[in-house]
Amino acid sequence: MADSHADISKHVKLYIGVFAALAGLTIVTVLASQVDFSGPGHVVVALLIAGIKATLVAAVFMHLKWERSGWIWWPLVLCAFFFVVLMTLPTLVATESRDRAPAGTWDTIPVREAPAHSGGNAESGH
Amino acid sequence: MSHDEHHELSFIRKYVFSIDHKVIGIQYGITALCFLFFGFCLMMLMRWQLAYPGQELPVLGKLLGEEFFPGGVMTPDFYNSLGVMHGTIMIFLGVVPLLVGAFGNYVMPLQIGAPDMSFPKLNMASYWIYLCGGCVMLASFFVPGGAANSGWTAYPPLSVTATTGQTWWIIGMVFLITSSLLGSVNFIVTIVQLRAKGLTMFRLPFFVWSQLVTAFLLLLAFPPLEAAGVLQLADRVLGTSFFLPEGLVISGQQLVQGAVPSGGGNPILWQHLFWFLAHPEVYVLILPAMGIVGEIIANNTRKPLWGYRPIVYSSIFLGFMSFIVWAHHMFITGMGTSLSMFFATTTMIISIPSVVILTALVISLYKGSIRFNVPMLFALSFLPMFAIGGLTGLPLGLPASDIHLHDTYYVIGHFHYVVAPGTIFAIFAGVYYWFPKVTGRRMSEGLGKIHFWLSLIGMNGAFMPMFFVGIAGMLRRGYDPAAYAANENLLGMVKMSSWSVWMLGVAQLPFILNFFMSIVAGKKVSANPWEATTLEWSAPSPPPHGNFEAVPVVYRGPYEYSTDDRKDDFFPQHLQAEA
Amino acid sequence: MSASVLPYTVKPHPVTGVYSGKLGTWLFLASEVMLFGAFFSTYVLLRVGAPTEGAAVWPTHEQTHLSWKIGGFNTLVLIISSVTMVLAWAQLKMNNFSKARLYLIVTFVLAGLFLVVKLTMEYYPKFEAGIRPSTNIFFAAYFVLTGLHALHIVGGMVVIGYFIGPGASLWKKDPEYFTNRIECTGLYWHFVDLVWIFLFPVLYLL
Repeated sequence: MADSHADISKHVKLYIGVFAALAGLTIVTVLASQVDFSGPGHVVVALLIAGIKATLVAAVFMHLKWERSGWIWWPLVLCAFFFVVLMTLPTLVATESRDRAPAGTWDTIPVREAPAHSGGNAESGH
Repeated sequence: MSHDEHHELSFIRKYVFSIDHKVIGIQYGITALCFLFFGFCLMMLMRWQLAYPGQELPVLGKLLGEEFFPGGVMTPDFYNSLGVMHGTIMIFLGVVPLLVGAFGNYVMPLQIGAPDMSFPKLNMASYWIYLCGGCVMLASFFVPGGAANSGWTAYPPLSVTATTGQTWWIIGMVFLITSSLLGSVNFIVTIVQLRAKGLTMFRLPFFVWSQLVTAFLLLLAFPPLEAAGVLQLADRVLGTSFFLPEGLVISGQQLVQGAVPSGGGNPILWQHLFWFLAHPEVYVLILPAMGIVGEIIANNTRKPLWGYRPIVYSSIFLGFMSFIVWAHHMFITGMGTSLSMFFATTTMIISIPSVVILTALVISLYKGSIRFNVPMLFALSFLPMFAIGGLTGLPLGLPASDIHLHDTYYVIGHFHYVVAPGTIFAIFAGVYYWFPKVTGRRMSEGLGKIHFWLSLIGMNGAFMPMFFVGIAGMLRRGYDPAAYAANENLLGMVKMSSWSVWMLGVAQLPFILNFFMSIVAGKKVSANPWEATTLEWSAPSPPPHGNFEAVPVVYRGPYEYSTDDRKDDFFPQHLQAEA
Repeated sequence: MSASVLPYTVKPHPVTGVYSGKLGTWLFLASEVMLFGAFFSTYVLLRVGAPTEGAAVWPTHEQTHLSWKIGGFNTLVLIISSVTMVLAWAQLKMNNFSKARLYLIVTFVLAGLFLVVKLTMEYYPKFEAGIRPSTNIFFAAYFVLTGLHALHIVGGMVVIGYFIGPGASLWKKDPEYFTNRIECTGLYWHFVDLVWIFLFPVLYLL
């Protein structure tokens, strides 16, 4: 990473620039929330802006832009992947309820007379 | 040793609040062995109720008091508490602290030639936080209503509406999770930063690799459970309803939480967050055990481990996959078919690397001149025991067969084969193997063999019948198996299980005796009694503060046994080849 | 004492390219990502799965009593504190301890300001109005998420306070070590800021 004085003062300018961008984006995200998008537009715009801000903070303030060590990057990549897995939870639970047979499905299954089939499997469905 | 010993440390700084990884490792080891035995005692109590339901517990029944043993017979609530605490203590206070806290802490820095862990004070903190968590767990037995009694998986809504003990359980868990997180950061940094010169990643002993993968599992899988714990705590204390659905009715009563019934939560969410940790946790329990077994097998067959690289790659792949199989614990939550299919597939895939590792360990035995000492006996029996545990897991990973087997004793048999005769045998192997390094003395072989054979019989006698009673349909959390007519023919096998467990308890006496006697009176040994190659054996026994007399340099891989160009049949990593 | 003989606490490791503290901090942050990830995931799940009728329906914007003005103000406060934190580190790199300390103090004060605003203008009026975490599922999530974030702020203030006060003496003994510690503190502090960057739109605007 850059160490000399000149480099650091260049960094300082960058930090101020990033600060301006972050402040600006905060205002943009507030303004955007006042606009009436249709459907999931709000969510997409808000998360997109938050994502840009987060990237700026991570890249510049947290120095990831200059980070060359694989031992920092790989755990972060791994973490990002599992984070995505974690964020699929809501979808998983939603699919669970969607795939589930609607209430009452099993009420209509005809009950077979007892010893005709010893297994008693209910494959007749609906 | 000489450069930093300006003054002697006080007794407290040296042995109580020590920042030396070896002292911390020993603290972890002793504490966790005590917890392990305590957790086992809980199980011995439970087995009485299972074998002789409703009969008075001889002697102890009177001693344990009227609250939990009215008339000397265990209450169902207390039985539930014992089940929860047995599971929690064995896993979070016994096995993991032994594998990671004790062996990881003591052996890993020695094996990589480091003077200590990267963050010694953090290391001390993780031990003391662990101890706090343990104390909270133990204290929970004395709160009104007794310890947590909603299953070790703490499924809501039951756990949210349960007695105070559950709150203590969550607080204890938060301590234990925090301790593990600090520990795992420390382990990874140590392995990455403090390896001796020449010790490249592929010259690391397999035990170190297993610790590295384990640390990553702990690091990334534990936080979701911590989050879930905080949410459940909020549900219990603040009256929120993260895990309580709207309109929940319990015993015919609409549930009113606090002042306002808020509702709107999702009980399945807890299961997802819980198993997001708890499946990787399974590999936290097994990977370091495989690491220990690998070390001992290489040493006692006097051969390099067969397929070192495939083993390493497999363990990395195993760690990775363990994050995306968790929902196979939840097939009967009414999960859709597409999801079940996905998780069944990943579950089948994850069995491949486990089998690769196990097979490589078995092939390592081929044509070796095996030394059957006590650590090797335990390591060898690990192989078939773990194989039984692993293979019986396959039917549980497939939704169709899982629907029948779920929540029966079959499940108990399956994971106990993995963890008890599997991991705990590896722990015993490790204790016998590294005891000379820690104390400079060797444990008795005779007592060790008695311990081994009795334990082997006891373990199999206890867990094998569970597969049969489980397939026959006996449910795992039942308080009174005799209450169901369907269990009538199974009670004999349940009794057999119980008697085996008690015999297993007796079988630990030679170990305890051996352990303490050998500390004072064991045979004194040199620094390298097993003629091993890895770095920990190049340090004196016991290693001084700072570990090595000279900074070690590594010249070769971890298991150079029986190389052609040497008189000895082993070639330690730190020795330079003769010209 | 053994800490002083451990290698790579100050200088980066020649192969891995980092000093131990930095790697440790990043790993810790990775676990924090998973922690907050679980909370965000929970939030999304509860929100998407909220019933459309009955007592547990998700509250509208008017019912949440959250003002984007206060939230936005606090966002700016945290962003500024992040900048002053990184400037403190830059000043240390340029061997300017007194300026660095000043920036640290500013960071500390801004963090305090965030908490004061949070407590007096957000939590307190809500409690006054009888709103509790148990009021409905939104407030349950709101209090737990922001509460946990506030605890992280407190943790950060303790660390920054330490380096303004007693920890500052390390600068005289080993300036590079001190600079590293400030960098690690900064990493943590920026992460706390980063969490808020997501919390603000999710709770206040959406």
